[in-house]
Amino acid sequence: MHIEISPQDGVPIYRQIANQVKYLIASGRLKTNEELPPIRVLAEQLLITPNTVVKAYHELQSEGLVYKRRGAGTFVADTKSPLARREQKRILIGRADALLSEAKQLGFTFDEVLEMVRSRQSALDKTAGKEQSDARPRG
Amino acid sequence: MPDPVVDVQQLSRSYGRTQALKQVDLLVRPGQVYGLVGANGAGKTTLIKHLLGLLRAQQGQVRVFNRDPVREPVPVLQQIGYLSEQRDLPEWMRVDELLRYTRAFHPGWDADYAAELLDTFGLDPSKKIKELSKGMRAQAGLIAAVAHRPQLLLLDEPSTGLDALVRRDILNAIIRAVADDGRTAIFSSHLLEEVQLMSDRIVMIDAGQILLDGTLDDLLECHHTFVVDTRNAPIDLVNLPGVLSSEDHGPHSKLVCEHPRVNHEELLANGAQIIQARGATLTEIFVARAGRTQVGKMQQTDEVAMS
Repeated sequence: MHIEISPQDGVPIYRQIANQVKYLIASGRLKTNEELPPIRVLAEQLLITPNTVVKAYHELQSEGLVYKRRGAGTFVADTKSPLARREQKRILIGRADALLSEAKQLGFTFDEVLEMVRSRQSALDKTAGKEQSDARPRG
Repeated sequence: MPDPVVDVQQLSRSYGRTQALKQVDLLVRPGQVYGLVGANGAGKTTLIKHLLGLLRAQQGQVRVFNRDPVREPVPVLQQIGYLSEQRDLPEWMRVDELLRYTRAFHPGWDADYAAELLDTFGLDPSKKIKELSKGMRAQAGLIAAVAHRPQLLLLDEPSTGLDALVRRDILNAIIRAVADDGRTAIFSSHLLEEVQLMSDRIVMIDAGQILLDGTLDDLLECHHTFVVDTRNAPIDLVNLPGVLSSEDHGPHSKLVCEHPRVNHEELLANGAQIIQARGATLTEIFVARAGRTQVGKMQQTDEVAMS
């Protein structure tokens, strides 16, 4: 599991970890019932006190995103749960807020931002379509 | 609550006219990593030497595993793993001789663990200590300090002068002790970023006194850093109560503040334009809290005490 932390961030490390795991789950990079790294392993990877990992996993557990099996490790909970959906929404809302405030600072109107989002979507659709046809076996 | 591993009460110590420790209270609970932070000569090493029973309390009381480490050194030291910056190892010994020698003092010696670490570090057991590089010496000292699986790891500036790889070995030994068996570690370091990542609790010591003692999360929670544009501020923001320090960066200033004593609203009300607001780092907190007092003054006396 790839996690990156930054002590300069001003955000507590356990929250940085929890947020990134949430993101990995919400984006499908961690699948339901997949095991998270054991506490010692993640602590050694990030060079942090193990209790920080304990705290991060605990927070994820209390939000229903992971579950613990006794004597075993920590596993990703069913991501189709309403809780996971709420988390996915929360991530997008954060991105939307950042986009809107940046747009405002740069002097774009809301309608201009909307228009930009729409045009980006059709650009992405085109690339996706092209990739698909590229991937098709040639006969 | 479980018994404390270390219980220091009102410990004072002076060398001649210099007061090295002033009414220090310290309670260490099991299963946590304590980061001991302070400038050179602040008293960190003197405090650690009291825990090891190398110094007798002039005033106050020191209990380690509920014993007096000066009067009962054997049962106390058997449960401690100690690594010092000096790594005062016997130069003439070979690595395997050092480990055999250390093992004799520790009934709980775990030979498999020692062998595993030797292998991980790629240390040649037949080499003499005096032939080892600085990093290898630290690794040898580390094995000698942890292979008896001590309940308390005491690491005094373990990372000083070491490359990133050996530092990782040392930090991993702490992580392993705490994660696998819920043991306890106290370590001091100049590398505050490392301390911030590795510690559950921070003990900040300055001029022999405990300046701050609490969980890292609480400490970070109650210090904020603001970058402000002060050109329109009618008063000098540095003088606001709760502003601990400021750095002048041209038209901008970086303020480290007590939170929530100083907040957005107050800074805005005083004419500051806020460019950036975030939690403070441990380095910023340390510089803001201990930066103004004179440092380095007591280092000489510390060294006298060690010889």
